[in-house]
Amino acid sequence: MPSYLLIESRDPFESRGFGQRCELAAALATDGAAVTLFLVENGVLAARSAAAVRELDRLGRSGVSVLADEFALRERGIAVAELAGHVKAARLDELVKQLGTGAKAIWN
Amino acid sequence: MTPTKSLTFLLMDAPYEQARTATAFRVIDAALRSGFGVRVFAYEGAVSLPVTQQKPHANAIHGRSLEEEAHPTPHVWVSSLMQLASERGVPFDWVNCGLCVDERGATEVVAGVRRGSPGDFWKMASETDNTLVIPTR
Repeated sequence: MPSYLLIESRDPFESRGFGQRCELAAALATDGAAVTLFLVENGVLAARSAAAVRELDRLGRSGVSVLADEFALRERGIAVAELAGHVKAARLDELVKQLGTGAKAIWN
Repeated sequence: MTPTKSLTFLLMDAPYEQARTATAFRVIDAALRSGFGVRVFAYEGAVSLPVTQQKPHANAIHGRSLEEEAHPTPHVWVSSLMQLASERGVPFDWVNCGLCVDERGATEVVAGVRRGSPGDFWKMASETDNTLVIPTR
């Protein structure tokens, strides 16, 4: 089964591309791939439950794993308790681990 | 003995401009600490990351001295990654795109940085287990 690692650095409220990448992630998962969306930098602003980013909610239902860089969360004062239910805080080690297992990676 | 797994990273951003640079260094640091060999191809503005003429400065606005400000310089980060790789016993290779270096005059760089061409990036991507391109915008 192919695996994909989509790394999203953009603020979902300033980039229409964020939603497009979520669509891509969902489409890949629907095709049977293992997909991880890894939020870094301002991308983690989408991870807050209060942000109510609908694209992320759909990813949760699509089986896409959504991770948020814990360092970027701390930089922005976002506590783990504030994260949407299907988003998990993660270290960059997890990103490296997926690269090491051959996930096709795209950085946005 | 199992050969060391390795990763290639392509960087494009010049220092002091984008959060991507700090994130890229963090990813590379995590890769080295996880035991991966790392190969970096620096393209366009990223060839200035290892330039040794970068200097830290004090912060007169906030009244902080040079030491208190502890202003980071990317060339020190590059050297630190090389040192970390050496301590961990994993390969580390940094290649600066030669044409990009000439365009920017970015010739005085930390020891160990090599001059190359985009062909080197192709070789790196071919020879390592995976590649991550961190593009500029």
